[in-house]
Amino acid sequence: MPTGNPRGPLDAVIVGAGVVGAACAHYASRAGLAVAVVDRGSVAGGTTGAGEGNLLVSDKEAGPELDLALLSTRLWRELADDLPPEAEYEPKGGLVVAPDETALGALRDFAAAQRKAGVETHEVPSHALHDLEPHLAPGLAGGFHYPQDAQVQPARAAAQLLASARRSGAVVHLGEEVTGFLAHPDGTLRGVRTPHRELHAPAVVNATGTWAGDLARLAGTHLPVHPRRGFVLVTEPLPRVVRHKVYAADYISDVASGSADLQSSAVVEGTPAGPVLIGATRERVGFDRTLSAEALRRLAHQAAALFPVLAGVRAIRTYHGFRPYLPDHLPAIGPDPRVPGLFHACGHEGAGIGLAPATGLLTAAVLTGDQPALDLRPFRPERFDQAGAAQ
Amino acid sequence: MTTSPSEHGAPPGSTGDDPPCDLAVVGAGPAGLAAAVTAAGLGLNVMLLDAGERPGGQYYRHPAPGLRAARPQALHHHWHVFARLERRLRAHTTTGRLRHLPGHHVWTVLPEQPAETRQSAPAPAPVWRLHAVADEGPGAGSEDGGESPVTVRAHTVLLATGAYERQLPFPGWTLPGVVGAGGAQAMLKSGLVLPGRRTVVAGSGPLLLAVAAALAAAGGTVPAVVEAADYPSYAHRPAALLRNPGKLAEGAAHGATLLRHGVRLLTRHAVTAAHGTARVQAVTVERLDRDWRPLPGSARRIPCDALATGHGLVPQLELATALGCATLRTADGTPALDLDGEQRTSVPGVWSAGETGGIGGAELALAEGELAAYSVARALRGTRLPPRAAVLRGRRDRLRAFGEAMATVHRPGVGWTAWLDDATHVCRCEEVPAGAIREAAGELGARDARTVKLLTRAGMGWCQGRMCGPAVACLAGAEPAPDRRPLSCPVPLGHLAALPGAGPPAQAPPPPQPPAPADR
Ligand SMILES: Cc1cc2nc3c(=O)[nH]c(=O)nc-3n(C[C@H](O)[C@H](O)[C@H](O)COP(=O)(O)OP(=O)(O)OC[C@H]3O[C@@H](n4cnc5c(N)ncnc54)[C@H](O)[C@@H]3O)c2cc1C
Ligand SMILES: Cc1cc2nc3c(=O)[nH]c(=O)nc-3n(C[C@H](O)[C@H](O)[C@H](O)COP(=O)(O)OP(=O)(O)OC[C@H]3O[C@@H](n4cnc5c(N)ncnc54)[C@H](O)[C@@H]3O)c2cc1C
Repeated sequence: MPTGNPRGPLDAVIVGAGVVGAACAHYASRAGLAVAVVDRGSVAGGTTGAGEGNLLVSDKEAGPELDLALLSTRLWRELADDLPPEAEYEPKGGLVVAPDETALGALRDFAAAQRKAGVETHEVPSHALHDLEPHLAPGLAGGFHYPQDAQVQPARAAAQLLASARRSGAVVHLGEEVTGFLAHPDGTLRGVRTPHRELHAPAVVNATGTWAGDLARLAGTHLPVHPRRGFVLVTEPLPRVVRHKVYAADYISDVASGSADLQSSAVVEGTPAGPVLIGATRERVGFDRTLSAEALRRLAHQAAALFPVLAGVRAIRTYHGFRPYLPDHLPAIGPDPRVPGLFHACGHEGAGIGLAPATGLLTAAVLTGDQPALDLRPFRPERFDQAGAAQ
Repeated sequence: MTTSPSEHGAPPGSTGDDPPCDLAVVGAGPAGLAAAVTAAGLGLNVMLLDAGERPGGQYYRHPAPGLRAARPQALHHHWHVFARLERRLRAHTTTGRLRHLPGHHVWTVLPEQPAETRQSAPAPAPVWRLHAVADEGPGAGSEDGGESPVTVRAHTVLLATGAYERQLPFPGWTLPGVVGAGGAQAMLKSGLVLPGRRTVVAGSGPLLLAVAAALAAAGGTVPAVVEAADYPSYAHRPAALLRNPGKLAEGAAHGATLLRHGVRLLTRHAVTAAHGTARVQAVTVERLDRDWRPLPGSARRIPCDALATGHGLVPQLELATALGCATLRTADGTPALDLDGEQRTSVPGVWSAGETGGIGGAELALAEGELAAYSVARALRGTRLPPRAAVLRGRRDRLRAFGEAMATVHRPGVGWTAWLDDATHVCRCEEVPAGAIREAAGELGARDARTVKLLTRAGMGWCQGRMCGPAVACLAGAEPAPDRRPLSCPVPLGHLAALPGAGPPAQAPPPPQPPAPADR
């Protein structure tokens, strides 16, 4: 199965063939680097295969994650032209609706800050909501339209990114777990070990998603990535009843701190094949794989509240996955100063599909020594150390 | 509708609020029926749920009432056994010990526990919730396809969900006139309808002989039984065979029927293509090597107007795997439940019997169901296992060994994929051709059926991979993984929204008007 130029010296080994590892491989090999990708399972066999493929700017408040999302939005559009249509890129736009005036007011402020950061968004008055979404429940106060929100089919997108990397010379080893690191006497990494081989390279990229904490530990360092479970409901195939990515924003005011937060409910959207996707819940329960009736109840309830027509539609499938979650909800991207030669590209929680291209581009820049397109300080991997946190 | 089950006249005890019953049995085939009537006889309160309208499962099919007199005996070797079970079912139903809920498809079984205790999960849960979609009889006055949500609470659960037929695709298998062997048998048993006038029976497994014999006895012509395995290899497992004289007699009876009707048995052969335009008109039959690869130059055509095909049965495990029940691999590579000497799964409080523990036939299912009931009674009441349990266990071990021997002989050879051309649809629901699956498993990097599904949509359709799962796993170069279908059947969102739960109140959404299915 491995293809490319296996005999030449490698510039980097990327561990993980999820969407993030695949994007790193795509941009690194496009930048002329010789890379190998290693995954213990299939392409997209981890959380990527359980993700939904929302590429959202609408749900992100102004700040470093939004900057990453905006960069990714541009890159996904480029990729849509470069990759085969199987990735199912659809720039369908998002619609965030407010059930009442309070929520609408909060949404207005939220959107104003986003607009300053470069997000395109338009207020949709109550009476015009049904022009955008004819089946939406009556009585909503209004909403905001986000034309930049888009969608891909995550597993296919990851497979196509990896295939593209391979065409540029990347070597891919699937079904091989990284079980150890190789290091010079001074501790600088010089590659990885799998049960089948040693791969020698001056740089190792940790793109192992929810398992990135384990790989960091294997390399002798620390990254507090934890699983955050999410369920998704899939309906029977339907004609186009939902046109955008639609979700409700509920305003929750924390009187004590005076801070405003946006609580988003399930995103409801149609897919090219017909089924409507409803997702996803968020809970921290470790790697618990048992079905949660409460999760399904909430998803179904929220979806039917937005689109009453869905109440009589049948769910044919549900699946779950474990988001790679870091305590401050930001990914870790860039070199790890504690282990020279180790780079991280992980911890994207519920936005890894959307943020993958930007993460790949930034990682490639770091590996080649170019100036990254964004300031990487908010994403530095050592920020959770006592010292790192104090800086 | 999303009203509470009691409003639809569901029996008391079947709502989320009634006290739990002692035992809930899922599946009213031989295993579930035997378990339910035995448990009720031991004084337990039993609920018996089945998706079907009539008890009996795969094996005991009911001819339509008007045809009863014409029922060919060959179709039911042990009808009297079933008749006795059904009488006991009726008797216990009359006393109220046992409630039979036909037309109830259980979509999941969950431990009942307060949300707070979720962190330390493995503690055995004392109460189970079985969530079902119930068909409403005509006149129930419901607008959403006549389905209502029902929740049953129980202290113990017995999963007797049986098996479904394994299909290995070949060019032309989607033509009208090509039916599952099990389906052909079911049609015959319940309606005395033949799939065609000249029906080729093909695939692998001991059921092919039963199906062919039944078709011939009912007046159909069977030009050939085409079996991919090699019957002489039965000779390598004489011990298991000799300890099961009943099974041999059954086989011999089918054999005699076939002989009498002049049916040809071709072993180590396969139907590798079906031909026709509006309907199957002929099949290509080829000789196979040991790995089921067709031998060049061996092809010949057999004219027919129907083909009944199947490659053995696959245990239906999704309810069990969702509960975390441990599985093992049977001799033909198929996952089945790992059960102990009393039919207990690895999850305390959950038992299983019948085909879920590996394919073994109706007699085994009956023995296991009865044995499981004694074990449940012992767990709940502290009673001792009766001496009969040892007899049942002996019978079970003997029949299990027989089942394993059969599975070894009929294990699909790796070479069967050679008869698929790239254009053959492997997943019928989503119309995914073999070529797309090969591409996903090759250059795109899928190494298991799950990833193939994500990359191609194979198995994402209505049947959720029941039809194509084994074939897709094979094409991905993997052993089939245990079924994972957290929803065992489609469930209206309105039912899910009305599940009892914490958090914001679950108001029933307004009456739905489902849009027409997609036009794809
Ligand atoms: C229900 C749900 C819905 C979601 N919806 C969205 C959405 O709409 N939009 C969005 O942007 N994001 C969404 N996400 C989040 C998104 O799926 C993840 O952020 C993203 O997939 C992470 O990708 P990754 O490549 O980092 O990790 P993964 O896809 O998990 O890849 C990591 C890979 O590393 C491999 N690996 C681990 N350890 C080793 C080792 N030692 N050796 C070799 N290989 C190893 C694993 O096998 C795995 O393939 C959702 C997540 C969930 C659970
Ligand atoms: C075509 C054919 C011919 C056969 N011929 C013979 C033969 O000649 N001799 C022999 O010994 N055996 C034969 N068998 C095998 C025999 O049918 C089985 O061994 C026997 O029926 C197994 O009993 P069971 O109780 O385990 O499962 P089944 O009989 O399969 O019963 C399972 C029941 O569970 C129900 N169920 C499944 N899932 C759910 C759910 N989620 N919710 C509610 N209900 C559910 C189903 O509706 C079904 O009624 C044949 C089988 C087939 C298909």
